Order: sequence, then C-alpha cells, then structure tokens
Amino acid sequence: MKTLVWVEHDNASVKDATLAVVTAASKLGEVHLLVAGKGCGAVAEEAAKIEGVGKVHLADDAAYEHALAENVAPLIADLMGHHDAFLAPATTTGKNIAPRVAALLDVMQISDILSVEGEKTFTRPIYAGNAIATVESTDAKLVITVRGTAFAKAAPTGGSGVVEAVSGPSDAGTSSFVGSELAKSERPELTSAKIIVSGGRALKDSETFKQVIFPLADKLNAGVGASRAAVDAGYVPNDYQVGQTGKIVAPEVYIAVGISGAIQHLAGMKDSKTIIAINKDEDAPIFQVADIGLVADLFNAVPELTGKL
Amino acid sequence: MKALVCVKRVIDYNVKPRVKSDGTGVDLANVKMSMNPFDEIAVEEAIRLKEKGVVTEIIALSVGPQKAQETLRTALAMGADRAILVQTDDEVEPLAVAKIVKGVAGEEAPGLIITGKQAIDDDSNQVGQMVAALMGRPQGTFANEVTVEGDSVVVKREVDGGLETVKLALPAIVTTDLRLNEPRYASLPNIMKAKSKPLATKAPGDYGVDTAPRLKTLKVSEPPVRSAGIKVPDVDALVAKLKEMGVA
Ligand SMILES: Cc1cc2nc3c(=O)[nH]c(=O)nc-3n(C[C@H](O)[C@H](O)[C@H](O)COP(=O)(O)OP(=O)(O)OC[C@H]3O[C@@H](n4cnc5c(N)ncnc54)[C@H](O)[C@@H]3O)c2cc1C
Ligand SMILES: Nc1ncnc2c1ncn2[C@@H]1O[C@H](COP(=O)(O)O)[C@@H](O)[C@H]1O
Repeated sequence: MKTLVWVEHDNASVKDATLAVVTAASKLGEVHLLVAGKGCGAVAEEAAKIEGVGKVHLADDAAYEHALAENVAPLIADLMGHHDAFLAPATTTGKNIAPRVAALLDVMQISDILSVEGEKTFTRPIYAGNAIATVESTDAKLVITVRGTAFAKAAPTGGSGVVEAVSGPSDAGTSSFVGSELAKSERPELTSAKIIVSGGRALKDSETFKQVIFPLADKLNAGVGASRAAVDAGYVPNDYQVGQTGKIVAPEVYIAVGISGAIQHLAGMKDSKTIIAINKDEDAPIFQVADIGLVADLFNAVPELTGKL
Repeated sequence: MKALVCVKRVIDYNVKPRVKSDGTGVDLANVKMSMNPFDEIAVEEAIRLKEKGVVTEIIALSVGPQKAQETLRTALAMGADRAILVQTDDEVEPLAVAKIVKGVAGEEAPGLIITGKQAIDDDSNQVGQMVAALMGRPQGTFANEVTVEGDSVVVKREVDGGLETVKLALPAIVTTDLRLNEPRYASLPNIMKAKSKPLATKAPGDYGVDTAPRLKTLKVSEPPVRSAGIKVPDVDALVAKLKEMGVA
C-alpha cells in the first residue's frame, strides 16, 4: 500500500505532530509525504530525513501558504490518484483538511485512530473515549486522522527520502487568509511536554491562574493546560484547553489543579502516565483516575509545593 | 439570506456512556438524549445573525429517528423558523449526512450552513468539511467569531496555536467551537409556540442518498481502566513522591 502523509509545518520547519503519523503510515505500507506551502523547500529537505520516508512531494505555491482546505484538498485528492491512503495528524489543521479530502474522494474518513489492526482495520475512540470502536473500511481508499499520543514518534533523522516537486490546482478563489493571533510561549508545547500542570475553574481569574499555576509549571519545566471552564472564563486562551474537544495529551506527569474531572476533560488526559490531582473536594471524580491525590485547598497547597521543589 | 443549521440528537453530555456487554455498541436504552452541544451553539449563532438582520430565515435540519423531532422542536423553541427531519432508523455516517445536507441545501439555497464542529457521540468532526467539499464551497471550521460582511463571511477560528482568521465567499459552511456564543434556553412560551412551527419529514432517498455504512464496526469495547491510586496526606508527602519519580 502507498500512503501519503500530510506534513504539518509553518513553512520553516516540520512540526512534531508529523512524526507519529509517519509511524502509523509505516504500519500500512510505503510512506510518502506531502509538504504543501509557500517557500517551504527547506521543510521538504528536513522531512526527507524522517526515518522510513520514501518520496516527499513538494507543492510550493502561494495558494498553499496557509493550508487553506479549499486549496490543498483538491491537490491531495489529485495525488490520491496514485496513493492508497491519506493520513494527517488529528490537529486542527489535519481535522480541517482531511474530511474535505475524504468527501472529494467519496470515502468515509476514519477519525483519530489509536491503532492499526490490519490493512483496513483501525481502533478509534468514541463517546469521549468512553468506548473504543474497532472499524473496518470498505472504501477503495483510506482517509485517516491519527491521534498523536497513540503512536511513537518516528526518528526525525536517518531517512533518505527523495524530494519531488508537484503542482496541483491553483487557488480556488473562495477563501483567503486574513491573519492569526498565535500564542508565543517559552514553555513546552502541550502536546509534546513531558510534564503538564493544568488549572480549572477554581483558579478564579486570569491573574490568579498566572500567580498560582505558572510558577509551579516553571519549576517543573512543564507545559500549562486548562479545563474548558477555565478557558471559557477567560483565565487562559483557547489553545490551553485539554479534553474531548480540545487537545489530547499524554505526558509523563499530568498535574490537575482545581479541576473536577468531567468526562470531557478526562478524555483529553487519562492516558497520561502519572496523574496527580489537587482538589479540595475528596469526592471529585478526578481522584478516580489520579495515581496520586492530595485533598487540599489549592491556594495553600500549590504555593507550598512550588516553594518546596 | 437563509441559514441552514444541522442538529443531531445525541446522548446527553452529562451521561456517562456504558459499553454494551456484547460489544456491539453503547447502551442508549433509557438514556437521556439531547441536542449535540455544538449544535446548540450553531442554532444560537443563526438566531443572533437573524437578530442582526443578516439572516432572514433559519431552517433546522436533523438526520435521524422519529425521536429527533424533539431535537428539532428544541431548535424551533430557541428561535429557528422551520425544521426538516430526514428520517431513518439507520446509523448514518458523516459522509451520508453531508450528502443529505447538500441535497437539502440544493432545494433551500442557504447563504450559510452552520454545523457543530463535532458530534459528541461519534466524535468524527467531519460533516461540515464534507458538506463544503461536496458543494465546492469554502469552510470556516471551529468558529470562535462569525461576521457577515456583504457577500462574504469572516470567521475567526480556534486553532492549535491560538486563533486564525479567514474570509470566505458566501455561500459558506461554518462549524462551531465552544467559545462562539452561549446558547439561550428556550422560554416556556417559545416552547409552546414551537409546537406549531412547520416540521417537514423526508427520507434519505428523497435526496438520492444511500446511507449504507462504509465503515463496518467490528467491535466496541471498554477503554483500559486506570488502577486506583493513592492519596497523600500533605504537600511534603507529595514532594517526596515527585522526588521518587525523579520529577523534582
Ligand atoms: C460539548 C462539550 C465539550 C466539552 N469539552 C471539554 C474539554 O475539551 N475539556 C474540558 O476540560 N471540559 C470540556 N467540557 C466541559 C466539562 O463538561 C466541564 O464543565 C469542565 O471540564 C469543568 O471544568 P473544571 O473542572 O475546571 O470546573 P468545575 O467542574 O467547576 O470544577 C472545579 C473544581 O475545583 C475544585 N475547587 C474549587 N475551589 C478549590 C480550591 N480552593 N482548592 C482546590 N480545589 C478547589 C472543586 O472542588 C471542583 O472539583 C465540555 C463540555 C461540553 C458540553
Ligand atoms: N445525523 C445528523 N443530523 C444532523 N446533523 C448532523 C448529524 N450528524 C452530524 N451532524 C452535524 O455535523 C456536526 C459534526 O458531526 P460529526 O462530523 O459527526 O462529528 C454535528 O455537530 C451536527 O451539526
């Protein structure tokens, strides 16, 4: 089987999310990559070094600069003329593009796979991860998004792929990129952080969240996450949200502070290796999944913890 | 312009789903069902656009069993003008739902189609993008803010790194994220009024759509359970644990 993997990048370098997808694709067959963007030749060179990669298709065109689905989906659909499976990471970029490709090819996408069980058989979470479905595709081609935490990362070097320029349909002319407000942070990115400290509604407001959670995270060199309630209330931006409909994380250590443990939150972090919960309510559901629980008022416990580390 | 809003009847988000012991699916017998939360946000957004004078009529669409009428009545009580139920007892996959939405859109010619970003039962996150592809129209997924400006719509999107803004030519498809708005509750008088709003019933065949599944579900199983942990009495004990783990 020939697979085509969407390389996630910012026109400068390959994003980590790509590596787990390469691992998933290699379980299906030959791994080809697609680098679509503008001025992204260096990205293609970098991608060609990923372990196990064959061909790297480089589509360099202003129409692809911002990965607008209207423009890149037809390109991918064209390339699928000689590939059997398209795989993208289950990031917001992958989730935006892949279903558009699937519909153009008239196939049912398999979202957020956790494992490859056979040529056409996969497992995926449903109902916020409260059930795992094993599904078999009956379509001629496969379109898949891959859950990053479920697959090991392919080695970013050691491969010897060959870069080949391709061109596709030009700008569809129906959409344009206006701008972005991307968070800049010195802290580790959530989806690759080894340790995450997350705060919930109990943190009261943005200022308190910063004063209580950030010093602990900095002591541990941890990424910072949040519950939906904390995001909705404006304590932190949307990209901090961990959960069923936010980011899926599985760090070595996840510290949940003032988070009750709703199923939508657990869906995003219960595959963490060690879960630590600090909550003043000893019956909070978070303690049912926590390896280590501390029943305490976070406003005393967290500063004390930060001080003693 | 008209707005077409997709609403799905799903397990209530407060209910913890239970896997059936025979491994065929999730037990939905006697379980509370509600409108998919992202679809409430979709209905709300359409209503706000109508209140702003941008949208003239709101049509709520659901694909599902007869009971999905209740979901449509909820949409009508919130403020949708009329509803269409494409009735089937089969489980309809996102691709087939998208084809039905396209069929309805072909008859109604909406300027905006609004769906949720994700149904909380199948967690697919596909229908909106698929509708856009099938119709050859632009998509604004995971919307945080929607502004109609003349013959285009500006959509601020929630993306992994923060927010991104795109401008789409109408007609366009928008999928909602959590921060787009806070859906209203239907008032009692509006619930009463909704009972007499028009609700048409159709079948997938009316739009020439075959709902036969493309994915075969071989098995549905419980996720691995985490073994019970311990409670530590104080911060010192937690620090000791972290040191043991080599974290501190
Ligand atoms: C469609 C949908 C999607 C959703 N997606 C997500 C998602 O992706 N991620 C997500 O997180 N949620 C999601 N939710 C929301 C989820 O259902 C919960 O509402 C949310 O996770 C609750 O956040 P919380 O735990 O911070 O707040 P609460 O549930 O209010 O919990 C606050 C906790 O803080 C504790 N506390 C209060 N004061 C203190 C103190 N001084 N010291 C210590 N502890 C204290 C309380 O005991 C309580 O347990 C979603 C909901 C819906 C409907
Ligand atoms: N059976 C359905 N009837 C109406 N709308 C649906 C149906 N299934 C999905 N949708 C819409 O598509 C969105 C995304 O669903 P999904 O792609 O299944 O995660 C939902 O939030 C709904 O707005």
